[in-house]
Amino acid sequence: MIGLRQIKSQLINFFIEVGEISYFTKRFFIEVFKRPFETKEFLRQCYQMGNRSLLLVGITGFIIGLVLTLQTRPTLMEFGAVSWMPSMVSISIVREIGPIITALVCAGRIGSGIGAELGSMRVTEQIDAMEVSGTNPFKYLVATRVLAVTLMLPLLVLFGDAIALFGSYLVENLKGNVSFLLYFNKVFDALEFGDILPATIKSFFFGLAIGIVGCYKGYNCKKGTEGVGKAANTAVVLSSLLLFIIDFIAVFVTDIFYDL
Amino acid sequence: MTTKTQIANRDIVLQIKDLRKSFGDNDVLNGFNMELYQGESLVIMGKSGSGKSVMIKCLVGLLESDSGYIRVMKNDITKLDQEALDILRADIGFLFQGSALYDSMTVRENLEFPLRRHTKKFGEHIDAEALVIEALENVGLVSAIDLMPSELSGGMKRRIALARTLIMKPKIILYDEPTSGLDPITAKEIILLMQDIQRKYGTSSLIITHDVDCARVISDRMILLIDGIDYAMGTFNELAKMDDPKVKAFFKH
Ligand SMILES: Nc1ncnc2c1ncn2[C@@H]1O[C@H](COP(=O)(O)OP(=O)(O)O)[C@@H](O)[C@H]1O
Ligand SMILES: [Mg+2]
Repeated sequence: MIGLRQIKSQLINFFIEVGEISYFTKRFFIEVFKRPFETKEFLRQCYQMGNRSLLLVGITGFIIGLVLTLQTRPTLMEFGAVSWMPSMVSISIVREIGPIITALVCAGRIGSGIGAELGSMRVTEQIDAMEVSGTNPFKYLVATRVLAVTLMLPLLVLFGDAIALFGSYLVENLKGNVSFLLYFNKVFDALEFGDILPATIKSFFFGLAIGIVGCYKGYNCKKGTEGVGKAANTAVVLSSLLLFIIDFIAVFVTDIFYDL
Repeated sequence: MTTKTQIANRDIVLQIKDLRKSFGDNDVLNGFNMELYQGESLVIMGKSGSGKSVMIKCLVGLLESDSGYIRVMKNDITKLDQEALDILRADIGFLFQGSALYDSMTVRENLEFPLRRHTKKFGEHIDAEALVIEALENVGLVSAIDLMPSELSGGMKRRIALARTLIMKPKIILYDEPTSGLDPITAKEIILLMQDIQRKYGTSSLIITHDVDCARVISDRMILLIDGIDYAMGTFNELAKMDDPKVKAFFKH
């Protein structure tokens, strides 16, 4: 009986949160197009986000490319299809692995950072102080950050993809003596516009999800120090979950377009 | 000291009638009333957790009250739209309990921040630099202009926060526990500063505190916030003489 009631109240809370996040997203779209633009803060956020996650995205991408190639190599050898390696690796990285891995890394790095930063600003009443001085903190803090992640994530994904392909090339070069030119010729032969465009669009949505969830959790942070930790933590958990849901939807939508 | 009759003839700049606010089952304010007259220093005293901060936040629209009437300089703030509210807020200074300096900005940027949206009040071409310096001179901390908040002591933070409120040249200043968390000497300095500002700019002040010494020095009039209502009102001496046990509890050491 108690279990049932708990599930019910959790379900209600879940729907309340969905509603609040939708409202938060709507408010973002209203504020982001309103003048005056907070250009300076927006650029500062872009720089910081890029700067903070570039190394992490690079390392992760490199290892993924390396591992993917090393592990597929024996199987392809068995079928005498090693020459397919560049096309296979590039398609799987560009379409799926690159975007999702980069987005997950950024959810951990950028999403939690935003959650903690805005959360501590909320707890120490800095957001209230902006509000009472009539300076619209939502526009200054939330709109700039969400827009910055949304635009930076596709760039980070491209960067991650490139590094991953480079990692894959290194393996091919060491194990199979494939030259740089040959490898990347094959990569660009295999890749189509139809691979890159959906992946890039998907990456925008990944960025939007990370930004919205991080800002929502931080902006509505509960009082107390544990509130800040919780805001950062739930920002990562919820945005990671959302990333997979968006990915799932994106696959369906892309599939429809391929069929046309 | 201003006497009661003198005060009664002046304009009311802030008025709260029958303010009610609860969080779930927690009834914090159950019909609170107050008036703040032009140029006066009104102290509101109450135990911690009695709803002083909640009251002051309802006053500036940071929290939405459940019911009640709040008038700020002839405006009913519950009926204002966002833009009108923001314009009105330029005339109200708010000093937060924990100073609330923006910790990613320097002192200068902290002070310039409120100016960015209020070109209406100061005209398009404001000399931000001059305003910043003037505000810092008022609190005696011009030398701290390029420091980060993390490099300041608690007392300095409070002064910078005060400078940030002053830069808007507010007509009313709301102080939420201006001396809490400070040592007695620094607290005294802050109180002197508040009196200086009152004299220099003729602002009206609403001071929230549970510090009896602060209340004695600075108050023209006091209201005790007990059980969510304006339990008692009067000058410091009048309240200190009352026989009510709940009132007495504030004044014995
Ligand atoms: N945002 C909030 N949500 C829920 N309860 C709150 C909130 N703000 C204040 N309270 C509650 O209201 C009561 C009064 O708080 P407050 O006004 O901060 O006290 P103080 O008089 O010390 O300033 C406390 O019991 C507090 O728990
Ligand atoms: Mg308080």
